[in-house]
Amino acid sequence: MVSNYRGYRPPQGMVSWALHRLAGLGVLVFLLLHIVDIFAVGYGPEAFNELLFIYRHPVFRVGELILVAGLYYHALNGVRIILVDFWSQGWKYERQMFQAVIALFLLTFIPTALLMLRPLF
Amino acid sequence: MVQIRTDRGSDRASAATGAQRRPAVPRVGRERPNSGNFELYSWYFFRISGLLLILLAITHVVIMHVVNTVDEIDFDFVADRWSSPFWRSFDWLMLVLALLHGLNGARIAIDDYVRPRGWRIFAYSVLWSVAIIFLIIGSIAIVTFNPAAAVGR
Repeated sequence: MVSNYRGYRPPQGMVSWALHRLAGLGVLVFLLLHIVDIFAVGYGPEAFNELLFIYRHPVFRVGELILVAGLYYHALNGVRIILVDFWSQGWKYERQMFQAVIALFLLTFIPTALLMLRPLF
Repeated sequence: MVQIRTDRGSDRASAATGAQRRPAVPRVGRERPNSGNFELYSWYFFRISGLLLILLAITHVVIMHVVNTVDEIDFDFVADRWSSPFWRSFDWLMLVLALLHGLNGARIAIDDYVRPRGWRIFAYSVLWSVAIIFLIIGSIAIVTFNPAAAVGR
């Protein structure tokens, strides 16, 4: 990418790390919420179905997309971390693997997001 | 770039220990702990559970958010899914791995950011309480679910 911007550019490793942590903690927050909601299923259809208004709210539908984006990025970058840790040549291709993570993220997330948004079309 | 090393690393270059083991190799990721059993097991668990979760969580997301949407998911949907022992086992394995993987990440974030001793004790106490409570309520939800009994409530 060519840009005339000459200000501060965070190193690529820091960006990947910060996004990985942010995505991971974000997914964890949703997981805790999700455990609480699924606990309500034992209290019968009325209790559970009533609670589901949270997830059908437009704000959550946006949150749902962010959740899936976070999960996809965390999964792909996690593979990169494992390759750097366990593949003896991994450290040489760290930058290229991050570029691959970004490319694969876009290739997987964009179709997923379009499918998830299909009720809008 | 100025680097601030804590006792546990960040996604940047190595401290002396890593350099001794593999000279001139830049390190990324959290370095494999070279002492102590718990940290070492946690490091391996993080990676192995991560690989398994790619399979479990991505499958779950595709079924629940792409093939179906949240508009279709309700009590009957869950009851139908959990009539199969396969999906109950799948969901329980995912619950345990995701919760422990996620809380292990939170544990490392606490170690990085929460420095005062009192706050560390508080944060770790909350963390372990959440781990125990959520493992229990999540397991109860999955294992004890009985649609006939739940409808009667």
